[in-house]
Amino acid sequence: MNARFNETHVSHEPDLLAKLSNSHLDALEEETIFILREVAAAFERPALLFSGGKDSLVMLKCAEKAFGVGRIPYPLLMIDTGHNFPEVTAFRDLRAKELGAELIIRHVEDSMKRGTVRLAHPDEPRNAHQSVTLLEAIDEFRFDALIGGARRDEEKARAKERIFSHRDSFGQWQPKAQRPELWTLFNTRLQPGEHFRVFPISNWTELDVWQYIEREQIALPSLYYAHPRKIVERKGLLVPVTELTPARAGEEVVEKLVRFRTLGDITCTCPVDSPAATAAEIVIETLAADVSERGSTRMDDKTSDASMEKRKKDGYF
Amino acid sequence: MTTIDLIAASAQPASATGQNDLKSALKFITCGSVDDGKSTLIGRLLVDSKAVLQDHLAGVQRGGETDLALLTDGLSAEREQGITIDVAYRYFATEHRKFIIGDAPGHEQYTRNMVTAASSADAAVVLVDATKLDWKNPAMELLQQTRRHSLLVNLLRVPSIVFAVNKLDAVEDSALAFNNISAALTAFAEAAKIAVKAIVPISALKGWNVVDAAETGWCGYTGPSLLDLLEHLPATPAETGEAFAFPVQWVEKFSSSSDTSQGRRVFWGRVATGGVQPGQTVTVLPSGQTAVVAQVLDHIRQPRAIPAGHSAGIVLDREVDVSRGDWLLAPDTFTPSREAAVTMAWMDDEPLVAGRVYWALQGHRWVKAKVRRIVHKLDVNTLAEEDASELPPNAIGHVELSFQEPLVTLPYLRSRILGSLVLVDTASHKTSGAALVL
Repeated sequence: MNARFNETHVSHEPDLLAKLSNSHLDALEEETIFILREVAAAFERPALLFSGGKDSLVMLKCAEKAFGVGRIPYPLLMIDTGHNFPEVTAFRDLRAKELGAELIIRHVEDSMKRGTVRLAHPDEPRNAHQSVTLLEAIDEFRFDALIGGARRDEEKARAKERIFSHRDSFGQWQPKAQRPELWTLFNTRLQPGEHFRVFPISNWTELDVWQYIEREQIALPSLYYAHPRKIVERKGLLVPVTELTPARAGEEVVEKLVRFRTLGDITCTCPVDSPAATAAEIVIETLAADVSERGSTRMDDKTSDASMEKRKKDGYF
Repeated sequence: MTTIDLIAASAQPASATGQNDLKSALKFITCGSVDDGKSTLIGRLLVDSKAVLQDHLAGVQRGGETDLALLTDGLSAEREQGITIDVAYRYFATEHRKFIIGDAPGHEQYTRNMVTAASSADAAVVLVDATKLDWKNPAMELLQQTRRHSLLVNLLRVPSIVFAVNKLDAVEDSALAFNNISAALTAFAEAAKIAVKAIVPISALKGWNVVDAAETGWCGYTGPSLLDLLEHLPATPAETGEAFAFPVQWVEKFSSSSDTSQGRRVFWGRVATGGVQPGQTVTVLPSGQTAVVAQVLDHIRQPRAIPAGHSAGIVLDREVDVSRGDWLLAPDTFTPSREAAVTMAWMDDEPLVAGRVYWALQGHRWVKAKVRRIVHKLDVNTLAEEDASELPPNAIGHVELSFQEPLVTLPYLRSRILGSLVLVDTASHKTSGAALVL
């Protein structure tokens, strides 16, 4: 995360954003485009993981600049837990169509039908099981590189991962045996069955992403902006009340003005209290935030210190 | 002035080339011996510059105490062993600058990860643990890892090297300790021909002179705090002074020639040295054909001239044979060669032996490379040259390579891109060695 400020209320003066101009964004954009082109050139069957979330939309914007509209040289791949916000899936489909990109969707529910995913109980979050469906899709299409929108500032295990991250034939990340990544000489050689995960926006922070969204006027699903929503407060999180996540006995359902900082599976993504209705206002809020994106919004990262590392070793992004 | 005003005052647009632009992010690494307090220093920089969020801070409380090192040691094996295994990248910003920190491991067995972090760094902070030195003795020996890491970052041409003398809170006479250790560091740097930007006394644990300047004259030091210093270090200058060289990353083909003013193909890549603009003549390696640059696009497809360090799309005035891995070069300037003498940082678990063939990657070009001869191994403490028949893991030595096809190289001292290559094991596909052309 970037520096924050002690002022609890940052004034919303109109020219503040101009003052906060982030000249570093040009360097980040250039690096991302360089990596996106490297993937296009170095691999035979790459795909870009596309969820309709803000990070993947930033990547898609860079891909559009790298290759031109209608020319993104790889398909978009979505692993659908079946627990997505409908606004996001609709937006995802619209965006893929606008770009003339091929969109491949694979469903965790199909893996459940095949018996490759078994839930411990029916309402268990399916986020972690995405790895199985993802590896099945990699197998099916023989993908050799999957581009993902993970950022190193999100989480400690991500902070350790290379931009070109080698995965073995089980899709596993081996943190102790990462390939040295010297200069910009990316060793993309693979053994049969292995693949790479590639993270072109590794060096972006949450603030950079919002500043870029604001600068480039990137359209996002409406849930990223303030909207009224029924929630219950649980363990310091604002849990959205939905068919999949009903209020528990004794919990009080209230309506609040909220927005999502991150959008994943409904069952493990929480919004934050916020009146921010534009990207510009979110930039200002992000500057003043004192809780991380995941800390404030994700129910599934809190299990243990190493939960992300463990999932990455299992083939997760 | 409020914080926002300060940010605003400093947030001017980047200069055209980005060179020495203090507003550009500074990538720096921390290195030094195990337990010298690297992770603690980074934790201190993040916490004192208010870049750590409350939930992350809560995650590193142990028995009521804050363990700053846990902020960066993110792998379970690191937490179990209390050491740093791989580079963690951290981001923070002050009113003046953005920073990307590579927290490099100190253990010798993870030298490859340290070299990884150093290869793209603008600056290196080498930590020196005052409590581990015989600081009362003006002729003390520095720790092996201090010498080793300083020599490595200097070898990799990290532009700014700073020594931070740490744990000065834990010695009886901090002024004497800092004075003697500074003298030893200065003598070592002079002997090893390492240009040092500054030697700064700090206590990462107590937060003295890391973000906020210490009391005037603490340890007899009156310079800026470590963070102040980092805010004013230059970014790595682009290699604009050399002749034009451009490794072709990706060839974009069009079905319709209406997409560009000339030709049906755009050659994308990052300008390694020099610059490119329409009208200049280029030679293609390896075909040897010559053409004139008809059009130059920047990374987002806007026409403009492009200097070293930035991505360009180049359209030539005629159809010539160019593919990924080829180079576009200023004519009559570079001499391709099948041989190179290099300094090799060996990273594989298997030793480097003469006679073996590896893949070499330079720019975007893959060629087979044979290890002809191990000239000698460097004593990483002194850089003295020792006879050797192999390079064990984490060793550094001088090696002669021969290539299956000619490559254009420049000494690494003149160009990081033309002067660097990695060797990849043909069987395991591991990145086995980093080579710097002599």
